[in-house]
Parts: sequence; C-alpha cells; structure tokens
Amino acid sequence: MKKSVFLGTLAATTMIAGVAAAGTLDDVKARGELICGSNTGLTGFGAPDANGNWVGFDVALCRAVAAAVLGDQNKVKFVPTTGETRFTALASGEVDILVRNSTWTYSRDNDLKLDFVAVNYYDGQGFMVKKDLGVSSAKELDGATVCIQTGTTTELNLADFFKFNNISYTPVTVQDDSEAQRQYLAGACDAYTTDASGLAAARATMADSENHVILPEIISKEPLGPVVRHGDNQWGDIVRWTFFSLLIAEEKGITKANIEEVAASTTDPEVRRMLGLEGNMGAMLGLDAGAFKNAISANGNYGEIFEANIGSATPIGLARGLNALWTQGGLQYAPPFR
Amino acid sequence: MALASEAPKESFRLSMLIYDTRYRSMTIQVVVLILVLLFVGWLADNTIQNLAAKDKDINFGFLWNRAGYDIEQQLIPYTNDSTHGRAAIIGLLNTLVVAFFGCVFATIIGVFVGVLRLSNNWLVSRLMTVYVEAFRNVPLLLWIILVFVVMSETRPQPRDFRVTDEMIASGTEPAAKMWFWDSVAVTNRGTDLPAPVLDRGLGSIDIGSVPVNLSVLLTLAVIVASVLANRALLRRARAIQEETGERPVTWWKSLAILFLPTIALLMALGFHLDYPVFKGFNFQGGISVMHSFTALVIALSLYTGAFIAEIVRAGIMAISRGQSEAAFALGLRPGRTMSLIILPQALRVIIPPLISQYLNLTKNTSLGIAVSYLDLRGTLGGITLNQTGRELECMLLMMLTYLIISLIISSLMNVFNSSVKLKER
Ligand SMILES: N[C@@H](CCC(=O)N[C@@H](CS)C(=O)NCC(=O)O)C(=O)O
Repeated sequence: MKKSVFLGTLAATTMIAGVAAAGTLDDVKARGELICGSNTGLTGFGAPDANGNWVGFDVALCRAVAAAVLGDQNKVKFVPTTGETRFTALASGEVDILVRNSTWTYSRDNDLKLDFVAVNYYDGQGFMVKKDLGVSSAKELDGATVCIQTGTTTELNLADFFKFNNISYTPVTVQDDSEAQRQYLAGACDAYTTDASGLAAARATMADSENHVILPEIISKEPLGPVVRHGDNQWGDIVRWTFFSLLIAEEKGITKANIEEVAASTTDPEVRRMLGLEGNMGAMLGLDAGAFKNAISANGNYGEIFEANIGSATPIGLARGLNALWTQGGLQYAPPFR
Repeated sequence: MALASEAPKESFRLSMLIYDTRYRSMTIQVVVLILVLLFVGWLADNTIQNLAAKDKDINFGFLWNRAGYDIEQQLIPYTNDSTHGRAAIIGLLNTLVVAFFGCVFATIIGVFVGVLRLSNNWLVSRLMTVYVEAFRNVPLLLWIILVFVVMSETRPQPRDFRVTDEMIASGTEPAAKMWFWDSVAVTNRGTDLPAPVLDRGLGSIDIGSVPVNLSVLLTLAVIVASVLANRALLRRARAIQEETGERPVTWWKSLAILFLPTIALLMALGFHLDYPVFKGFNFQGGISVMHSFTALVIALSLYTGAFIAEIVRAGIMAISRGQSEAAFALGLRPGRTMSLIILPQALRVIIPPLISQYLNLTKNTSLGIAVSYLDLRGTLGGITLNQTGRELECMLLMMLTYLIISLIISSLMNVFNSSVKLKER
C-alpha cells in the first residue's frame, strides 16, 4: 500500500505525460467511474459497512459528486488513504478527489498545489483520555505520552500547544487511526489527539466508550473539506457547487424524500435553477441539467447526511454546532445559485 | 602457421561493424549505452515537464525550514524548532543505531545457531532448524509487529508501578514492580534503565551543532591508554619469560592498570547512577528505551540471524572433513577445532554473503514506521515529505542516503574480507 503510493509518485512524475493537466471531468466521464480518496476506515466519516459498501459523512459527498457527474451515486471507487499517503495519491492522479477529514491550511493550498474547494465540517483538535486517568484539562498533560497520526496538521498543532503552554510530552507517531486506537486502548499512550470529530467517531467504536472522555480544550481550527488538484478549475467548481447544492437543499427544505414533489410543484426561482427546471446551470460546468437534483437525491441534503452518519441519533452523536446552517447560527453558508 | 596469421588486409568498411565479430560486440555496447542514456534523459525531461505542469519545481530549500514536529528518540538534540534537515539527520542516526545493534546481534545469533545446527546432539540441531525455518519463512514485517504488540500488550502501564502514601499505609503492593532492586522498569511503552550521570562533568563543546561530551571523550581516552599500558606490561612479561624462562605474575597488575585509572577518573567526575522514578504519567530520569526500538532490534536480529545461520552452516560445510579429522588427530577438542581450525577458514566463504545480509538488515530498518519508530523513512520520507509536499526531493535524498550507507558498509566489509583472505606465501 505504502510502497505502491511511493512508486506511484515516482512513476507518475517520471513516466506519465501531463496527468495534472485539466480535464478531470472528461477523465471521469470516459472512465464512467469517480475515484474518491477516503479514510482507511473512520466510522461515520468514511468506512466500509458489513457488506463492503462505503458509507459515511465524507463518503456521501463523493457519492453526491458521482451522482452529479455520472448520474449514479454508485459509480464511485473508494481508495483508502492514510494521513501520510493521501496528498500524494491526489497529486499523482491516483484519485480524482480527496474527501478525508483533511484540514484546509495555507501551505497545503499553496505548497502542495492542492485546492480545498469547500468546508464540509468545521472542526478543531481535541484530546481523549481514559476517565480513570483523572485528567480534566489538556494543560494537565505535562509529561504524558500522546498518540498522534503522522502526516497530519494535528501533529504540528500538538507540538505548538505543548510548547506554548511550556509543558512536555512524549509523542508516539502512528500511521493510522486504527493503530492509534490500539495503542491508546493498550495504554501505550495516555492521550490520543486528533480532530474532535475523529475522537468522537473513535470513541463510538470502543467497547467501553463510557470510560473515555474528550477534554474540553479545542486547540486549533480544523476546517475539513474536499480537496482537488490545483489548476483544474472546472473540476474544483463541480465539487464546490455539488456541496453547495446540498447546503441550499437543506436551507430550502428539499429532502431525499420530497425532492420529486418539490421539483414538480416549486415556484422558487433559485430552486428551479438548481434542480435544472429553468435555465442551463448544469451546462455551464459541463454537466447535465439535472446534475444537482441527482446529487441531492443520492443521500439527501447536508442536514440529512449529517444526521444519518454522525448526528445526535447515531452512536457518534455530534451536535451540529458550527456546522449548522447560517440561518441557525452556524457557519454553513452557500452563495446564491444564480 | 605463417599462412594462417597472414589474413588478407582489408580496408575498414561500415558493414564490418555488424558482420565482423571483432567489432560487433563493441557496436552492440555502444548502441545499448546510447539507448540507456536516451531513456534516462527522457525520464529526467519528463519529470521536469510533469513537475512544471503541476507548477512544482525541484528545490531542496525546505531542508532549512522549521520542521515543527517532535521526534521521540533523538541521539543529538532536536526540538520542533529545528530544521527539516536536522530532523532528517535525527532519522538517519535512528536508522544507523538500529542497523548497528541489529547487525551485531544478528551476527552473534547467526554464528551460534549455524554452528549448533551442525551439532551431533539431535535435539539441539532440530531446535535450531525450527528456529531458522520459522524466521526465514515468515515476512519480517509480521515479526516486527508481533514482537512490538507482545511487548506493548503484555507489560503493565507505567502507572501500575505507582506507590502512593495510602498504599504504604495499608501495606498494599503496587500492581507492578521494578526489577533488579528497583532500577529497571519494563512498561508497555519502553524500558527504563538507570542512567550514568556525572556531578562534576566537564561539559561539552559543540562541533557543527552536535554537542560532544568531553567527559565521555576523556573516559574513552583513559580506557584506551589503560589498554595500551596493559599491552606493554604483557609484552614485558613475555620478554622476561623468553629470557629467563619464568613468567612474572601479572594478573593483579593487569587488573589495576585496566580498571583503577577509569574508576579514579569516574569518582573524580562524581559518577553515580540516576534511577528512573515514576512521576506524573511516566518514569522520569534514567534512560528510556522505547519498545519500538527494542522490537525492531529483536525482530531484525532474529530474522537476519536465521539467514546468517544458514550462511555460517554452509561456510562450515565447505571446509573439507579432513581438516577436522586432522585437528582431532592432533588431539584438539571439538570446541577448539571449531574456533581455531574450521571457523577461520570458513570465514572466507561466509563473508561475501554476510555483506548482503548486513545490507538487507540496514535497508529493512525502514519497516520501523510500522511500530512508530521514526527513522530516516519516518522523518525525511514520512513526516517531512508529507508536510512539505516535496515527494521527489525527499525520495531522491532518501534513496541516495541508503545507497551511501550500503556502499560504506560493503566497502568496510570488503576490507575485512581481504584481510581474512587466504594469504599466499
Ligand atoms: N484534519 C487533520 C487530521 C486528519 C486525520 O488524519 N484524521 C484522522 C482522525 S479524525 C483520520 O481520519 N483517521 C482515519 C484513518 O487513518 O484512516 C489533517 O487534515 O491533517
């Protein structure tokens, strides 16, 4: 897995002429399949279920893009990537889009030559410890051993946090979430730190989830979102507006269940434009008129996807918080569809 | 004879490049060389073009930027404010230290097992066969992970070692206890050992931002001087023996020369041991050896040891039986026959394949990332590569470094090989 990505990088940079050139849309259409870089397995965000179907909050966005572009949310292949391999996989053309709890930062945007096209989850980094450790604040972790995933922003934030607070720690740098959880549960580290959403997801899968607490400190901003290669603006716009269409759908009360009904009866001009009943918005991006309708029908609007995968009714139990619509005091806001 | 050598003198024609066997091999070599160069040139050109298409260049400037991440095991000082270049050096040193210990232990294991596999004792030789086959035939990565998981799952957590006042009052024992009179603790994270410390150390000087401990240097110098002095003593004793036929008693003088100066120096420097004690979350003080390191060394030496055992066995079997029979006829015991007659000759057969085992082991250290060991692959080829997005640069640097390490190892071993070579007089 590891080796193949590296060899892939070398091979891709040395042998294939012009992979990074524009035209991801054409490639995907010609292939008849979207290739989406996902988690190796993070319950609620992206993981195969018991039947091997990928499900999750991030996965649903990939499916919406596949529905918009190819008209079928099942025409997606999910490629598991670790924190370390994900950007190489995207840059080398191994995947068309990366939706994997990836934080939008300045250097990833500019140095790695990637484009973050939206924020589908506003997050921050937290710490999880076992309850019986008797720790109630991250600042009490002086001298603790902390498990951290390699190749992440969280690794850098962790160093900054401990330095800023003038306390020390021992890092245990692990490769993926499952190894981090194993070491944390085995007591090889006192604390596990990653995005707070990831901690909630990890805790939900632990057999004794009530024995673990997530500490109150959120030590960073982690705007997580879908990533595409730099330079293919059309493809970036497709992903961005697919995501926005899910937000607008929630704002306008369009759900997976009522979308046909709305399409038949609505008089709202923005909704009519978005669902392809009026004008030719899809064509501007090289898509069918019904592209965004397909995207919404796939797994419902943003709110539905949130509640079905990570919302308060699920074991992960995340509140909407910052991720509520702007109309409900959150940060999720889509520009007008016109 | 004279007629045959008198070939008709032809002038050179172009077709001779293909049809004349004198020139043909040269032609083929030149053509192949040109093709290879063209291919390499095409690869390089394509790389540059593809990078340009992605708006990237080849630039090693990132090595001087702040790394921003922490590394657990550091042989020279490093903080997250150090550069990516220094992080790479930390990783390189971690690679080398694992490779060094791995090679030493693998050799010891390999020689013992290789010899014992030829033992006449049925049980011993069968046990060694089982060991060799088990380790040779299971992938190394699995062994590394197995050893690591066993260590981290079976040992108690550091806080199980805690002794509180209430526990002393009520007389309850802690869940886990340290070994060797409370000096060594093996937790599920690592092994905490007493550390040698000096109260009146000589400090250190920085050579190229690597601090060099003067006390250690002085101690080493004293040890070397004692060994040299002891040699002189033994030489004198031999001279006297040859002259008078009577050897003076030297053992207590040797002991004194070898140990007293070092002990005196260490006392003068205020030497004592700093014992690890449990405080907060972990043991503080002493030396802490992470299980990732231990697991890597154990797995690498057991795995490579199995291959070396086979090489040693083959080397021994290559020595004709006549040699050992002759040695037995002279009355040498089997152990001495092995160490004085067989092994020195077998070395010549053993060393060339041994070199490739050392190279393998060194390169295999890059599997350490599986158990969170930050070696060159984990720092330069892992975190730095990922945080800077300089894949090509990092991969090239890493390949170059492994190449250089391997070349150094094999040239050192070649020197050794020529020194044990059959000397023809
Ligand atoms: N947001 C951070 C961290 C991303 C990350 O690695 N998240 C973890 C937990 S939230 C994850 O997805 N692990 C699953 C896996 O390793 O596949 C980043 O972009 O660097």
